[in-house]
Amino acid sequence: MSERMGGRRTRTVPNRPYEENGGDGTPTLSESPAQSKGVFAEAETEALADAVIADSGGAAAIDSLKEADTGVLPKKRFGPVFWISVGWVVGIIVLAAIASWIHLPDPKATGVAKPRLGLFSGGHLLGTDELGRDQLSRVIYGARVSMTVGFASIFFGIIVGGFFGVIAGFFRGKSESVIMGGMDVLLAFPALVLALAIITFLGQNLPNVILAISILAIAPIARLIRSATLSVSQREFVLAARSLGAKNWRIITREILPVVMLPVFSYALIGVAVAVTAEGALAFLGLSVAAPTPTWGGMITDGRVYLQQDPWIAFIPAIVLFITVLALNFAGDSLRTRFDVREGGL
Amino acid sequence: MQVIFKKLAYLIPVVFAVTILSFLLIKALPGDPAINKLGFNATPAAIKQIHHQLGLDKPLPTQYVLWVGHLATGNLGRSYISNQPVMTTIKQNLPTTIELMILAQLIALALSIPAGIYAAYRPNGLFDRVSTSISFAMLALPAFIFGVFLVYVFAIRIHWFPASGWTPISKNFSDNMRTVALPAITLALPLVAVYLRVLRSDMMATLQEDFITMAKSKGLSTRRILLRHAFRPSTFSLVTVAGLNTGTLIGGALIVEVIFALPGIGNLAVTSVFQRDYLVVQGTVVLIALGYVLINFLVDVIYALVDPRVRHGVA
Repeated sequence: MSERMGGRRTRTVPNRPYEENGGDGTPTLSESPAQSKGVFAEAETEALADAVIADSGGAAAIDSLKEADTGVLPKKRFGPVFWISVGWVVGIIVLAAIASWIHLPDPKATGVAKPRLGLFSGGHLLGTDELGRDQLSRVIYGARVSMTVGFASIFFGIIVGGFFGVIAGFFRGKSESVIMGGMDVLLAFPALVLALAIITFLGQNLPNVILAISILAIAPIARLIRSATLSVSQREFVLAARSLGAKNWRIITREILPVVMLPVFSYALIGVAVAVTAEGALAFLGLSVAAPTPTWGGMITDGRVYLQQDPWIAFIPAIVLFITVLALNFAGDSLRTRFDVREGGL
Repeated sequence: MQVIFKKLAYLIPVVFAVTILSFLLIKALPGDPAINKLGFNATPAAIKQIHHQLGLDKPLPTQYVLWVGHLATGNLGRSYISNQPVMTTIKQNLPTTIELMILAQLIALALSIPAGIYAAYRPNGLFDRVSTSISFAMLALPAFIFGVFLVYVFAIRIHWFPASGWTPISKNFSDNMRTVALPAITLALPLVAVYLRVLRSDMMATLQEDFITMAKSKGLSTRRILLRHAFRPSTFSLVTVAGLNTGTLIGGALIVEVIFALPGIGNLAVTSVFQRDYLVVQGTVVLIALGYVLINFLVDVIYALVDPRVRHGVA
């Protein structure tokens, strides 16, 4: 079992002993930048999926090479792009939160303005859609769905996936085989098809969309946390705690969780980006929160019909979604590089 | 050999779980197929008869066993809507998806291999930094945005390709290429980003090896060192990633097929969900999942055959 889980990454780079820092082929906490994108990628459009996981080997080798050269960890400062990314995400969240109080036109009221107005016309900053609804208002209200789904589903994913991952990584044995086997079954389903089935079954509303995407997030998160737990469990301070007579429960909550959660939280923003993309894909298929509640993906679908005359109707939500996902990725990546617990460098 | 048996032993419960889940998931979906078929003012007797006809009045475990038996013989039942055998429908849709997947892989490899090699040759050079940034951005660009953008540019602004529709390869090759081009590019985009990163990092590690220094000191040309000496040992991760992606692409094709209205299995699954066509959804889901599991199994086995460390359980 462990051979299967861990084996895939170590065997990707042959003959390089310096990346074998995890004992039994266990991936360590330090992963490559590309790996970070793959962590929750199974949840999204699949293309990245398992793929990137296999990348860790190579890039990790580079990382350890760098470290071997300098002997110290390169401390990355946060550059301006990081702060712009954080600013954008925070701005979107704040706008979405206060949307009701800033006197935006009703995002659902149709026929108030002329339909399909261009940018900056008729008092509508981003124009209007095919039903005369204010685009700016719809984008901001759409952010409510995207951001709620993005953060909430990763939150639940971390709780459930974290629980299973820690159990599997700490107790090993049968529980590990059963849990990780179950996770593999979850991953065996094409993510979108699974989400689609869950939502069709439960109905189209916000909690169900969150539930569907949480379920997609559980397996990758559980894998990540399991491998982190595996390597942490072998550290001396865990042995020390055990020899002092600490019970399993205490070791897990006081010794392991604090160490394991750090890399998990630094991956979380990237997970949010994936969840936002997944929600967008569902909405694009017409399976997210039902109309007339605005969603970015839904706006793109609606606007697609008018691509020829009025491409902005589809482009505005597309650009906003793209920038948001990019910003989340970038901020997450910077945080991850900054706060990664690097065993190899200690 | 032992590794293969171990993986095979692992494959069986996964396949079992996948079939059970596919079976139950679709059972749990709302909507009565009999009502879908007969309309809302069907008489109870008629509904009962349809239920009996479809075997829906039997207990669930019996239904499952019957279903697996049928599945094994390639009988997935008949669509409630078109009354066509599900297997026939899937067979009609499968070539589109497979062609899309193969082309996407080819495009992705064709773009990422030269780019990856060159980026690794001059790490932190202009090309490396530009390609790294672009691939970072590409990872944030979901298919449903990139696809729509491609349609706008290449189908609406300049009429190079059709915006949607499909011509089978058997009918007209050049028309087929025109209809498959944009979807394949859309599907290939995130792969390019992933492959580029994978190859670049492996290549950079390989270029640090002693045998590269050796090759340099022999006075071999850069071109020869990169392509003949460094490339092959650096393709290990790339091959894995490409192998694994073959499985995941089946699902990834779903959105792309919907965007471009292609008659593939992803599109079939989505349409059937909206039509509450139980058996078609079930058939596509279970075949996609089984295909994915089997491809991953094969990738693992090929690994065991190729890499002696995996074969002997050292790694």
